[in-house]
Amino acid sequence: MSDSATPGSPFAPHTPAETQAMLDVLSVASEEELFDIPDDIKFDGNFGIQQRSEQNVRARAEKMLNRNASLTEFLGRGHYSHYIPSLVDNLSIRSEFLTSYTQYQPEVAQGFLQVLFEYQSMLVELTGLEIANCSMYDAATALGEAATLANRLRQTSGHRVLVPEVISAGRRDVLENYVGGSEMVVESYAMVDGNADLDALAEIIDDDVVMIYAENPTVRGTIEEGLTKLGKLAHDHDAIFTLGSDPVALSLLEKPSAVGADVVVGDASTLGIPTSYGMGLGIFACREKFLRQVPGRLVGISEDSAGMRAYTLTLQTREQHIRRERATSNICSNQAWVALRAAMHIAMLGPDGLVDLAKDCVTRPDELAERLDSISGVQAPVHDRYHFREFVAHTDQPAAAIVSDLAAKGFAVHQVGEHEVQVCVTETNAVSVDEFVAAFTEVA
Amino acid sequence: MFYDQARWTDDSGDVYEPLLSEKSSKDVTIEDSPLPSSLTRDSLELPDLSEPELARHYTRLSQMNYGIESGPFPLGSCTMKYNPKFTDDISTIPAGAVHPERPDETIQGTLELLYKLQDYLGRIGGMDAVTLQPPAGAAGEFTGILIAKAFHEANGDDERTEIIIPDSAHGTNFATAALAGYDVVSIPSNDDGRVDVDALEAAVSEKTAALMLTNPNTLGLFERDIEHIAQVVHDAGGLLYYDGANLNALLGRARPGDMGFDIMHYNVHKTFATPHGGGGPGAGPVGVTERLKEFLPRPHIKRHKGGFKLYDPEQSIGKVHGFHGNWLVLVRAFAYIDRLGDAGLSDASAKAVLNANYLASQIEYEVPYGPFHHEFVASAGDQDAADVAKRMLDFGVHPPTTKWPDIVSQALMTEPTEIENRETLDQLATAFNNVVGEDTEVLEAAPNRTAARRIDQVQAARNPQLSWHALDTDE
Repeated sequence: MSDSATPGSPFAPHTPAETQAMLDVLSVASEEELFDIPDDIKFDGNFGIQQRSEQNVRARAEKMLNRNASLTEFLGRGHYSHYIPSLVDNLSIRSEFLTSYTQYQPEVAQGFLQVLFEYQSMLVELTGLEIANCSMYDAATALGEAATLANRLRQTSGHRVLVPEVISAGRRDVLENYVGGSEMVVESYAMVDGNADLDALAEIIDDDVVMIYAENPTVRGTIEEGLTKLGKLAHDHDAIFTLGSDPVALSLLEKPSAVGADVVVGDASTLGIPTSYGMGLGIFACREKFLRQVPGRLVGISEDSAGMRAYTLTLQTREQHIRRERATSNICSNQAWVALRAAMHIAMLGPDGLVDLAKDCVTRPDELAERLDSISGVQAPVHDRYHFREFVAHTDQPAAAIVSDLAAKGFAVHQVGEHEVQVCVTETNAVSVDEFVAAFTEVA
Repeated sequence: MFYDQARWTDDSGDVYEPLLSEKSSKDVTIEDSPLPSSLTRDSLELPDLSEPELARHYTRLSQMNYGIESGPFPLGSCTMKYNPKFTDDISTIPAGAVHPERPDETIQGTLELLYKLQDYLGRIGGMDAVTLQPPAGAAGEFTGILIAKAFHEANGDDERTEIIIPDSAHGTNFATAALAGYDVVSIPSNDDGRVDVDALEAAVSEKTAALMLTNPNTLGLFERDIEHIAQVVHDAGGLLYYDGANLNALLGRARPGDMGFDIMHYNVHKTFATPHGGGGPGAGPVGVTERLKEFLPRPHIKRHKGGFKLYDPEQSIGKVHGFHGNWLVLVRAFAYIDRLGDAGLSDASAKAVLNANYLASQIEYEVPYGPFHHEFVASAGDQDAADVAKRMLDFGVHPPTTKWPDIVSQALMTEPTEIENRETLDQLATAFNNVVGEDTEVLEAAPNRTAARRIDQVQAARNPQLSWHALDTDE
């Protein structure tokens, strides 16, 4: 197909005769007459972008993306790869879902609303909290929203937000921007052997703390063991306790509600989307008493005029299209379709499948760490903790060299220190573990 | 043309499609855990269904949902365009499925595609640099306003505490300004629906950080005084922020950069036909002029020794997303622009504007103001706009956006976009005109042909039931 086959937009259906007839109805000579733009700022339409055929666009994109090195990724730190059942890919792209808009006319949006309601319900079960919204952008922005929620709940006093000193740079950076419009400041608390240092935390906490954030699992893959004490510390000082996690971990780990979490944030992109250069699905769940302060969209139950159960977006007076500058958040477009995929993925696994997957996430890194530990010049894991999906290993060689030497052999790991690399293993790269260990042995 | 939406009832007759939890659920006790029981939960209760049951469940639910491929969807300001299928396929090219922390040199293809998209967007908006990190339009607004704030602070100009926003603007503008810590100064529209320049001149001061403006505005009207507006704001030391929600009306005809805007966001799902996905994911790239480049979020992509690399701009505002934004959406936007090119982009706007004006001329409701670009706001007069919308559903079309902006009484904000032909526009006009003059009783009984009948939204807010757990409690 020639690249110049289509002179106009291939998605505008007008024939020349039809266009002319419509212009005649409007009594104008040309489309240009309809544009009410002063001459000084008129643009001539020349962006210098060539029109291409569908086939050529696809070929160009494939050629470009195939320049990416083919590496087997042992990467995690907030973005994970799990096997996605075909049902998710196949049914989520049904156009009634994919090409719909926010459910402002619920009578013709019952399907999507019900899926989002089911998504909210699953997160309620996983977190043990009473309310979950139907998505934020990612874990980092959800954490930012948690801080602004805490600020609204304690507007008259308090300005310190405490976060682990070991946290992904992206989350800390985004949080700083979300609190930047308020009096709040973000401060770190110390970690000991990968987990929160409760003694150090007790030293620095006071009544000026508005929120404490912890993660389970942590960014280094350790399972946090001091959550109950941490939650008590927060509540003793009337601070909000926000916990970061994800649906796979939550299916096995102690319920956040049971350790005192007031808010759960995190990324549910662990289920439902493939590795996609960091695209996320922010989860946000909280206690019922925060209902009027929750950011984001909520789907609730009502009934229709026939007396049948029906679903609708609800409590919209919190949202920016009604409340404007007094809204609980500026979020409008969210990650609804990604939430739909996550819900489908959870439903496909079922409770048995989800718990089994979570157990594998505990045993796989242990097994791999043990194998790496037996390599001369490698100690793994560096933290004497339980792990989830990933762990940090010490390397006698400079970590930078390990990372680049492994890349040359077709594997990707994180460098997290001068002599530390981080390794993530799930069912999607498990098949390559033998080769990975062999390569590691050669470069260590 | 009429159609009935699929609906499903079970034997009890009181639900259209049972919840997954009502079909089959299972409470699994956590046993044989590799973790000590002090660290684990006791049990997990979730739906437990076979794949065929799930396939039917989701297929049924999809049939109870209306998308742009179900029929016309003229939601004003939301811009519902056809989403070309090939862009879905390109978004799932396996080599593009990479982890966000891969070293630059191992993802040159990903970086090249994103760099090209940055470049395309810069040309289309008349902007010197573009970041792709914001994951939605509102996130783009937040990014842009943080850039404005950083710019003023870098100039030692930290007494600028106000952002000016016209009353007809999107609610996100107000919420974004507040999130960034600014006071909002709202200014009224004048009698022809545009920015009241006198009110603007009275509102600007040494406290003005920025003016946020949509052009064409939410009434579909081009702000003809834009050069004067830009001068007023710039003379006061403020910056001009362009809300890209309505850019679909201007492609190839005018560029925000040429109008004097310093910062803008692009709604790729509106202008570049990426799917809305029932409310997201979107993407809200932000473009800035040369003097604001160094404030862009980190990391940014630049050319480097025959390839591409990520780098941190010197005075970066930091990050607005944990990683790099919504890749799957950005790839689709790239593919869409690459497909259309100059001729296709310009034609899309021409037909969007033609369609809006044609449809406005065919409906019997009063349509104040004009001439229109991509959308117009009709007034339902003494009818309730929300009722009109419900009744329109009975004629096989999705209704327009209702009751906003409130400067038009009983607003019906309509945007057909370029993808509809004359026959479909006439069908839409018929749906509008069928409702004109209908009795309140008929309107209040609508809709009749949809999966659910009229839903009581007040009840949902008064008695919030936000999960199936809440449902159990009530029984």
